[in-house]
Amino acid sequence: MADERFEPKIVAFLCNWCSYRAADLAGTARITYEPNVRMLRVMCSGRVDPQFVLKALSLGADGVMIAGCHPGECHYLEQNYKTMRRFAMLKHTLKALGVEDARVRLQWASAAEGTRLANAINEMVEQVRALGPLNWKDNWVEEEDIDAALDRLVEEHAEAMEVPA
Amino acid sequence: MSEATNGKGKLALYWAASCGGCEIAVLGIDEKVLDVAAAFDIVFWPCVVDGKVRSIEKMEDKSIDLCLFNGAIRTSEQEYMAHLLRQKSKTLVAFGSCAQEGCIPGLANATNRDAIFKTAYFDTPSTDNPNGVVPLTEYEAEEGMLYLPYFYNTVKTLGQTVDVDYYIPGCPPEADDIWDALVAILEGNLPPRGSVIGKHSTVCDQCDMIKTEKKIKEFKRTWEVIPDGETCLLEQGILCMGLATRAGCGGMCPKVNSPCIGCHGPNEGVEDIGARMITALSSVIDSDDPEEIERIIQEGIPDPVGSFYKFNLAGSMLRRSAFTSDEGAQAGAEAETA
Repeated sequence: MADERFEPKIVAFLCNWCSYRAADLAGTARITYEPNVRMLRVMCSGRVDPQFVLKALSLGADGVMIAGCHPGECHYLEQNYKTMRRFAMLKHTLKALGVEDARVRLQWASAAEGTRLANAINEMVEQVRALGPLNWKDNWVEEEDIDAALDRLVEEHAEAMEVPA
Repeated sequence: MSEATNGKGKLALYWAASCGGCEIAVLGIDEKVLDVAAAFDIVFWPCVVDGKVRSIEKMEDKSIDLCLFNGAIRTSEQEYMAHLLRQKSKTLVAFGSCAQEGCIPGLANATNRDAIFKTAYFDTPSTDNPNGVVPLTEYEAEEGMLYLPYFYNTVKTLGQTVDVDYYIPGCPPEADDIWDALVAILEGNLPPRGSVIGKHSTVCDQCDMIKTEKKIKEFKRTWEVIPDGETCLLEQGILCMGLATRAGCGGMCPKVNSPCIGCHGPNEGVEDIGARMITALSSVIDSDDPEEIERIIQEGIPDPVGSFYKFNLAGSMLRRSAFTSDEGAQAGAEAETA
């Protein structure tokens, strides 16, 4: 560990009409926020397929944020209500799979709310930093030296299964 | 097993972590199995004909024309067989749900080896194990050292273990699909390598239930409701996996009022069947109120992993639940042995 601070990698999906503009506003207003977030612009928070979130987590993200217009203010009328339902079910599933609550966050932020978005990012980075790295692929690694076990099998076969002529 | 094959191809079938249903499914093609025997010499099929791993090890690489491999990979021995048969086969097919996506054995990925051993060797009411014996990978007997394969913490699919040429879906695959796949392979009329040989639509497409607009206020478990026999089961609130699951079965479960459980795996283009179900069901819930939504989900889907990933946990994007080496279970097991 030494005294190096863990810097989490967070993938954020921001809707084109509100939250990405909130991020723009934060920039032009020179509001600083944690640089741990990789932002991806999507047309709507409703465009965020749960597969995107699972893929990000499985490929090394420590957390994922989905940000969109406030309920009732969606550019596409009601797609963010679908986001709300989808997110609730995704969280329910992730919880069952042992992914901590703070690693996946839904944030409403209008185009005027640069500060709100920046604060949400700072808060999330702090929470995920406290949780530590996710390193999801480590979950798949076996404790034993499997390659050595496989090599040994070949030797055993050669010794035990060869029928003398 | 003779070297002279009279122009016949060589066929191998193998069985790893699976129930054996796939072996029986092969016989579901009925008398056509004679056509298979006419086209292929069976060089290895432990379930049906005598054979030795050692004789496969001695074969030239790529000398088996077609290997149908069913079963997931959960031990080092199965991993070894997957590598061996990959090496010896021109075409390796992941046959059935276990090989393709982990299937029921893959649900073990919701837990880990220690917890599984604790349940199987200590906790079940039928277990009588006064000496606290658990499987060991090595045991020194009078005659010498005995070895058992490693039991993995995480069940893998065949495709996560070796390169797979084609996938035949289903738990078990349907006879028609098996025959179509065999014909396609024999005629060389194949989709791109890595494809699933099967239908490209969903179970809903093959289901006769009347579908209108889906708007539901609660999910119901199957025992809570008697379906009307006409309306789409999902519209009646029953969690049916038909809309994310690959067709092939003819919709045989929903047609008799039993919801689809997803045994043919994700439909074409779907990487994670659970994610697709989450998306689909989110469009069906008739509420914009966060608290009500939460209640509908919590009450209606108490076991999302078991519901969404019943056949697909090992093959899903996350593959398993977060791994925690279960020291609690181990301590419990040791306490019982003491």
